[in-house]
Amino acid sequence: MFAEHLLSICIWLPIVGGIVVLATGGDQNAAAARYLGLIFTIATFIVTLPLYADFNLHTSAMQFVEDRPWVDAFSIRYHLGIDGISVLLILLTSFCTVLVVIAGWSVIQKKVAQYLAAFLVMEGLMIGVFSALDAILFYVFWESMLIPMFVIIGLWGGPNRVYATIKFFLYTFLGSVLMLVAFIYLYYQADRSFDIATFHQVQLGMNAQILIFFALFAAFAVKIPMWPVHTWLPDAHTEAPTGGSVILAAILLKMGAYGFLRFSLPIVPDASHQLAGFMIALSLVAIVYIGLVTLMQTDMKKLIAYSSIAHMGFVTLGFFIFNPQGIEGGLVQMISHGFISSALFLCVGVLYDRLHSREIEDYGGVANRMPVFASFMMLFALANTGLPGTSGFVGEFLVILGAYQVNVWYAVLAATILVLGAAYTLWMYKRVIFGAVTKDSVAALEDATPREVLFLGLLAIPVLVMGLWPFPFLEVMHVSVDHLLEQVATSKL
Amino acid sequence: MTPEIPNMWLALPEIFVCAMGCLILCVDLFVSKQARMVIYWLSQVTLLGAAALTLNLLMTPAGMTFSGMFVHDSLSNAIKLATYLIVFFVFVYSRDYIRERGMFRGEYFVLSLFGVVGMMIMASASHFLTLYLGLELLALSLYAMVAFQRDSAQATEAAMKYFVLGAISSGILLYGMSILYGLTGMLDIAGVRQAVAGMAADDVVLIFGLVFVVVGIAFKLGAVPFHMWVPDVYHGAPTSVTLYIGTAPKIAGFALVMRLLVGGLEDLAVSWQDMLTILAVLSMAIGNVVAIAQSNIKRMLAYSSISHMGFFFLGVVNATPNGYSSALFYVLVYAVMSLGAFGMIILLSRSGFEAERVDDFKGLNQRSPWYAFLMLLLMFSMAGAPPTIGFYAKLLVIQSVIEVGMIWLAILAVLFAVIGAYYYIRVVKVMYFDDAEDTTPITASLDMRVLIGVNGLVLLLAMPWVGIIIDVCGRAVAGIY
Repeated sequence: MFAEHLLSICIWLPIVGGIVVLATGGDQNAAAARYLGLIFTIATFIVTLPLYADFNLHTSAMQFVEDRPWVDAFSIRYHLGIDGISVLLILLTSFCTVLVVIAGWSVIQKKVAQYLAAFLVMEGLMIGVFSALDAILFYVFWESMLIPMFVIIGLWGGPNRVYATIKFFLYTFLGSVLMLVAFIYLYYQADRSFDIATFHQVQLGMNAQILIFFALFAAFAVKIPMWPVHTWLPDAHTEAPTGGSVILAAILLKMGAYGFLRFSLPIVPDASHQLAGFMIALSLVAIVYIGLVTLMQTDMKKLIAYSSIAHMGFVTLGFFIFNPQGIEGGLVQMISHGFISSALFLCVGVLYDRLHSREIEDYGGVANRMPVFASFMMLFALANTGLPGTSGFVGEFLVILGAYQVNVWYAVLAATILVLGAAYTLWMYKRVIFGAVTKDSVAALEDATPREVLFLGLLAIPVLVMGLWPFPFLEVMHVSVDHLLEQVATSKL
Repeated sequence: MTPEIPNMWLALPEIFVCAMGCLILCVDLFVSKQARMVIYWLSQVTLLGAAALTLNLLMTPAGMTFSGMFVHDSLSNAIKLATYLIVFFVFVYSRDYIRERGMFRGEYFVLSLFGVVGMMIMASASHFLTLYLGLELLALSLYAMVAFQRDSAQATEAAMKYFVLGAISSGILLYGMSILYGLTGMLDIAGVRQAVAGMAADDVVLIFGLVFVVVGIAFKLGAVPFHMWVPDVYHGAPTSVTLYIGTAPKIAGFALVMRLLVGGLEDLAVSWQDMLTILAVLSMAIGNVVAIAQSNIKRMLAYSSISHMGFFFLGVVNATPNGYSSALFYVLVYAVMSLGAFGMIILLSRSGFEAERVDDFKGLNQRSPWYAFLMLLLMFSMAGAPPTIGFYAKLLVIQSVIEVGMIWLAILAVLFAVIGAYYYIRVVKVMYFDDAEDTTPITASLDMRVLIGVNGLVLLLAMPWVGIIIDVCGRAVAGIY
């Protein structure tokens, strides 16, 4: 019973938890809501662990499968399952949500129950996205997430939150509806089936493939986000509360990249090959141009948001060079960026909670007052620049290695992120943390509380482990990535 | 020729509601002002009784009576049952509202019930005359209901506009029917169908008649470019009447489409498909774009209803059973959403205050997180965002359009849906992100609170059973006699 429905439990436990938390009512019961939220997120994290522990490394077939009819008239099924591509993303989701709850523990003071419920519901929906094997089920999870995210940014965000959240909603909604049209088209091509595995088998002409590719691209590229459809992200990230930024950066962006692997590459392999140059060009623009834009930011959150776009450019670059190093590197980069960007957003959150400013110039010399915090931030800043020994290095190295095999110039351009990344991250770090204390507000800072040390420490572990010993992360994806590459290499014309 | 004695049994629900309407009118004369609640209960009992009678008829095989003027089939049953349910909710939502505004009179309920009879007859019509009879019975009841607040200039103006435009549209429909009669010599729909089958599908006079029929339908459903009355009537009528107009008659409108276009003129589908496509695209475009500019929520929902009618037509344009059942599903879902949305307006209104502006929803999350959540579900459902049932409605009609290869139409539809999402989320925005200006506690009777909760939650919780609902719609359409 437990093993058969494990994925369903992972999805519905946090959603039920969200409803329970919501039932605690107003802010007079905030403490109860917080503890319940923590219990449910930790419980979800624990139930997702067997997904990794019992994962069979030697098959590319879907595991932990659940399949039962849902809407018979349109052969929509409740079909769940995971492979090496999705398993780590699910664990990342359940891990980050625990951190979000801890991070918002004393910071969020108004509408606590609603805040925690929104995150718990989101967690369930995100796990649903990564485990859905039916296109409509996938779409339902994918789109449902917009509602809690819309509320999270709009209710607990910064001063310009309403503009940001409406922009976020409309941008992502526009992207996904075209994907829906593509799914329905594929449904008729696949003899009335919404099964993703059946979609993988459908024979399609080149024109149809190209159109489907762009319909899917609209949904995934907006989520990732790729240049030039990235403009919602800095706004949403900057205005979202810290927890919202963490979930956005760590998981939501990964859903777009995951979509490319699950849908675009295997369903329209010929169009993917045909348009690989286009995708690589967009990725390189994101890496180089957005890298330069990042240098100019004066707002710490905006800086990290732009840096996310540049790092996600690496991921798409890795995917569209079609070799194992590239795709595995892209996947590792997704996981690693999940940890690093969450950590950096949480660091900014720690500072913001004290001084209520995200401007770099309002700080300076923080290390003098907050040595423990400064060392943590140092680690994450270096990981963001891709220092060997941290998780940031592994993914970037693999992608550059893969790119080198295809075209030396791709590798050269991609490697510039290492320089630019170091420039913007370390420059920000220097201006915020080092130097003499010149402002009274900074002089009054107090070092990280045990709660803050807890969540920063929890993130430091995977960043270091993944950097020093990436094997456990890579071995789960090998077989699935090889299978994917086979699918991409098989023409459907 | 001996006169045949019609089988009254099949028309029992109509006869019952009609008789109860007359009874209530008489009872109203004798009850005192304090005991008027009796009228309300009698009306609800009428609906329940009619539902019981219709359920009882479910097992009776489909058939015709009254010399082929009246049909009893799965479609008529489905539409009637949905109508009772919706009107039952409408009465509960309206009760306190009309009492506070001095409209709690026997006539109000009698007119509503006669409207119900009109809709029932439309659902069961298999003859141009019965169809027209049902349509006019509904329309005349609605004109009077819109004007029910005699002293309100706004309502009187709305009633006037509604009456004039409604009369014109009836005239147009009737003219179309008379052309068809002139050509075929037939008034019963099955006969028209047979006669049309023997004619050239591009016969100019036939198409001429068809155009008038389609225009008449578009007028009644409020599709662009025949939508001018919708915003004014929705805005000007008392909210309880808007609630009535905006819900059940849309379902009856589906019956009108099915009986006339599909039942009678399906052989001309090639022609009416093009016409409906134009109506659908224009309705989605104008409805969604103009709604953005509205600050009055009743007007906004009026334009939203226009755009929803566009989506509804998408289900009909592909002229396949699959499409019709998706259109039925769409119109049912729309009726439920519209019921909830206008119900929320009534809930926030109180004596001497009409919550008509979008700004009246400001800070609803502070005043009552529960109602704000319900409205959030309603708005996201109208926008077609999963996991609400509004998504499945849009999914189905878009699917039916892609089935016949009209992918460009599907892409247009989803783009307009995105434009539409803007004004729905604006309501969510004011509820959740703005501070309340008005902190009066929201009070409502227990039954209203329960029903509006059911109304909102069903949009979310129906998800696992959505397949069953779709099946029922499919069977209702497949069993058309």
